[in-house]
Amino acid sequence: MLAQQFVNGVLLGATYALFALGFTLMFGVMRVINLTYGFYFSAGAYLALFATRDAGLPIWAALPLASIGSGLIAVVIDALLLTRLRRVRASELASLMVTLGAVLALYSLATTFVGADIRRFPIGIIPEAAYEFAGVRITAAQILILLATSVLVGGLVALMRGTRLGLAIRALAERPDAAGLMGIDTTRVAAIVSFLSGVLAGAGGVLIGLNFNAIQPYMGEEMMLRGFVVIIVGGLGDIRGALIAGVLLGLVEVATAGYFVSSLKDAVAFAILVAVLWTRPSGLFGRAVIRRA
Amino acid sequence: MVRRTFALAFVAAFAASPLAVRAQAQPVPVGAIEILSGPAAAYGIAIKAGLELALDDINQRGVLGGRKIALTVEDSAGNKDQAINAARKLIGRDKVIAIIGPTLSNEMFAVGPVANERKVPILGTSTTASGITEIGPYVFRNALPESDVIPVTLNKAISRGVKTIALMYANDDAFSKSGYDVMKAAAQKAGLKIVAEETFGSKDTDFSAQITKIKSLAPDAIGISALVEPVSGVLLAARSLGMDRKTLFVGGNGSNSPKLGEIAGAAADGLLVGSPWFIGKPDATNQKFVAAFNAKYGRDPDQFAAQAYDAMFIMAAAIDAAGAADTEKVAAALGKTRYSGVMGPFSFTSGRDPASVEGVVVLVMQGGKFVIAP
Repeated sequence: MLAQQFVNGVLLGATYALFALGFTLMFGVMRVINLTYGFYFSAGAYLALFATRDAGLPIWAALPLASIGSGLIAVVIDALLLTRLRRVRASELASLMVTLGAVLALYSLATTFVGADIRRFPIGIIPEAAYEFAGVRITAAQILILLATSVLVGGLVALMRGTRLGLAIRALAERPDAAGLMGIDTTRVAAIVSFLSGVLAGAGGVLIGLNFNAIQPYMGEEMMLRGFVVIIVGGLGDIRGALIAGVLLGLVEVATAGYFVSSLKDAVAFAILVAVLWTRPSGLFGRAVIRRA
Repeated sequence: MVRRTFALAFVAAFAASPLAVRAQAQPVPVGAIEILSGPAAAYGIAIKAGLELALDDINQRGVLGGRKIALTVEDSAGNKDQAINAARKLIGRDKVIAIIGPTLSNEMFAVGPVANERKVPILGTSTTASGITEIGPYVFRNALPESDVIPVTLNKAISRGVKTIALMYANDDAFSKSGYDVMKAAAQKAGLKIVAEETFGSKDTDFSAQITKIKSLAPDAIGISALVEPVSGVLLAARSLGMDRKTLFVGGNGSNSPKLGEIAGAAADGLLVGSPWFIGKPDATNQKFVAAFNAKYGRDPDQFAAQAYDAMFIMAAAIDAAGAADTEKVAAALGKTRYSGVMGPFSFTSGRDPASVEGVVVLVMQGGKFVIAP
């Protein structure tokens, strides 16, 4: 049971990390608390649902299509909402309120079109049977989540550290004005960051929807609180921090529910958030990779 | 003189007869408050369909010697304030002699006191929470509360050899919690050993920790009280974590939804749930109802339509028995009404709740669909 609970915790944590990757990227670079992120997550799941169920595509084709679709939605919405705020150098609170209003409107609009009820990907779109290794059971969807999370974390870190685009993103994160003066097209780089974070959100929505079989318009909203914990504990903009914080959160939740009292699961998770912020206000690791790397 | 008398008589007859006809044919106003818009509209629309189908039948012969029932259905949109306003409008402006509805228990807790204060009988068709009829002597329901249905389901599980049970419920939702209370009390009363009690949030999607723990305790059954979304998630997690197929899942009313088969698929097979009504009930009254509903609306009725269908007939019978379109007389007659409809034999207890659980059917999930449990 201990081994299975450990795996349960890591898997749950991987879903949190997967959700938080794009969120921490956007947060770390744009310095805006962009609450529409949760909507891109829901959008990814629905785009893949339509692609598989209505267009009959296999999941390996639906996943990239839905991710790119979410990325494009993110570029358009972020540009509409945030360009003007950036230009007038509005406070962080302004972007928080604008994106809060926008995301509530978007969820409500989506609900009107797709309905509030829960859906799932067509049964059998990936093998449902669980694999058993030494008494520990794991499904194909869960393996996919582990793989995707690892690949995306590795890919993002490589992008940030090893490419000119990564350098430009980091410059934008560090000093937006100076980055502009150095010849970086900040609007374009900001749009690329929106796109990347939308793609990550969308991919997360598809994979997590595939794992839990619970696709509904507000699914992004449900993940948002956990997402906040992960990016704050992990450090804003810290990609590896998000991975570690996500897995820690998953382990804590599973340990509380499995060995203590399941009704205290959320209380323990959020008490940890408070405790971390008390002692280490800039996150467990105290630095942001995007800004300092 | 004769001519004048004749003329007078003629005038009198001419003047009086339409009046008489009007008094005779004046419809009896009855109101209904249901959710017709918003996310929970499906329930209210089903209820309205059930009421109107019954009304077609009732108005062919009429009540109180041929008077029709005029049903006014107001939309509450699932909102308590809107439901209260609808009740005030129905009572104050439409002068209804009785109200059917509202859809949700929460709404009844808001609207019940308004109707009760004006001494207008109100009959809930889908309000299953405990405490509904304690609102006052004018509040009735023909919806079977969970406390009546769950013991019937548990008995079925016990008849299959269940001796130990783990309980799971959503602890952030009043409906799920009250179903759990009922399930726990019924399990204790039946002498079942409760080996674990696990909770989750009604919007949770991950149940692996709780299921892994319960799996290690290997109970004969798992009782689960939650809405259909988390129930589906629990069943899927149980299958992927390799829970013994012999472990019997027993659901509360939240599991009684075709959505369960849609989401959980084969993972839900074997789950038992009690239902006040089932489309496949073979009796003639039920089959006639299902056929008539299909003919009128082109789709199958659900439990909410069935409960509403019976409620309309119960109300019509009470109006007939009252002998007048008078709120107090109808309330008195309603309490004594006996009726046998699609839900089975029906009467009220002295507490204005349904008296019999004879109509409860235990269903089992099989290949993604409910069938009557053998």
